Amino acid sequence: MKKLYYFDNSATTKIDERVLKSMLPYLKENYGNASSIYSLGRESREAIDSAREKVAKALGCDGKEIFFTNSGTESDNWAIKGVAFANREKGNHIITSRIEHHAVLHTCEYLEKQGFEVTYLPVKKNGVVDIKELKKAIRKETILISIMYANNEIGTIEPIKEIGEIAKEKGIYFHTDAVQAVGNVEINLNELNIDLLTLSGHKFNGPKGIGALYIKNGVRIENLLHGGGQERGKRASTENVANIVGLGEAIELATENIEKKGEYVKTLREKCIEGILEKIPDTILNGDREKRLPGNVNVCFKYIEGESILLMLDRLGICASSGSACTSGSLDPSHVLLAIGLDHETAHGSLRLSFSKDNTEEEIDYLLEVLPDIISKLRRMSPLYNKE
Amino acid sequence: MEKYSDKVMDHFMNPRNVGELKDANGIGEVGNPRCGDIMKMYIKVKDNVIEDIKFLTFGCGAAVATSSMVTEIIKGKTLDEALEITNKDVAEALDGLPPIKMHCSNLAQAAIKDAIEDYKEKKTKDF
Repeated sequence: MKKLYYFDNSATTKIDERVLKSMLPYLKENYGNASSIYSLGRESREAIDSAREKVAKALGCDGKEIFFTNSGTESDNWAIKGVAFANREKGNHIITSRIEHHAVLHTCEYLEKQGFEVTYLPVKKNGVVDIKELKKAIRKETILISIMYANNEIGTIEPIKEIGEIAKEKGIYFHTDAVQAVGNVEINLNELNIDLLTLSGHKFNGPKGIGALYIKNGVRIENLLHGGGQERGKRASTENVANIVGLGEAIELATENIEKKGEYVKTLREKCIEGILEKIPDTILNGDREKRLPGNVNVCFKYIEGESILLMLDRLGICASSGSACTSGSLDPSHVLLAIGLDHETAHGSLRLSFSKDNTEEEIDYLLEVLPDIISKLRRMSPLYNKE
Repeated sequence: MEKYSDKVMDHFMNPRNVGELKDANGIGEVGNPRCGDIMKMYIKVKDNVIEDIKFLTFGCGAAVATSSMVTEIIKGKTLDEALEITNKDVAEALDGLPPIKMHCSNLAQAAIKDAIEDYKEKKTKDF
């Protein structure tokens, strides 16, 4: 088989062998329903409890504050709708940012139709939320602030500690979509004033179809799913034991030596950014140079379009992604790239590479060897380039 | 994502007739950078026949492939024959396009039309 160069770890990651192994018994012989009284069921219950403790330990919170869901999207929906509907008598105003994932943005847009008011904060050119703008946006009706921990496209890490302090001071709930951050950067909930946090298993070598929502003790929140009494009556559905076990195992593995792994991934990122900027003219680095996820590279190559780059990379076994319209399924390029002030034409030429601990320097060397030729080939075809 | 046909990929990876045509007597340009597609067609017409044709395209795989395919179809055709080519013909010649990419074949056909109109306009001015 042709070698695969997997540089799309922000999209999803490869399941860790140890995670898969931990899950298999619960897909085979240990199939008991965790709500059942006999020992087969109790084994499932114990497995879930143990996974919950692993998640809590990784984040620095109490197991009672972790609720399993089916995905990051579900956690975001639950956090935002749940807090909005439970605190309606206090106010109807929500603050979020323009660079959130669609799971947050579209949920907020839905709430606008339900009579809530939403402020979508602008971000600075580097993708960081402007704290001054946040302070200005707060009203007495504000019940929730939802700002992502780290951006999925440009990798920018947001000032979560500062935002948490502001929210706490004003008595406003603070939710953060930490789907891209968990397992990549250290998070200690003891040191951050976060009330709700979203995470997703498949972003850190766990299985797909499993997420969790951290809900700080005492937060007023409505249920999203109504039904049985699972997850202490807050999230109905027969537990997906295998996936929950996999999530527990994955987060434990991902957060062990997290700093050291992050340092390694960062060297790959730096090598890649420096190599691209040196070898390819008319290239822009998107996001903040320092405050970014260890494995995130996002660049725009002027005069060309992103899908073309991806197709050519794919031919060589390289997996990456882009914020161009053709890859987003609409006519507009990524809302994140537009929010940081790029014009449409430039935004169409974006390339995101996201590395993990499993990538190597040799793989980056290969990318840097083939990418300049791909960009030149496409530029020679472009009417925009030839105009210059 | 929906897969491109082998023919689309062939025309994308090895596009025919790419570049500028120095002695073109008709130039068409359609699309805009906002939507992420621009096609520029250069034609050289002699005795009512498209003798030579070249293109430059800013766009996705389908945009490049349809540009390339349309130049192949049109080369050597009379102006009237060229105007009869539809976007469906271009898509079919490529063994189909994913539904969301059909607008790329519209663009290729529109670029040809634009180039022919430009040629006709220039010709009228010459008289």
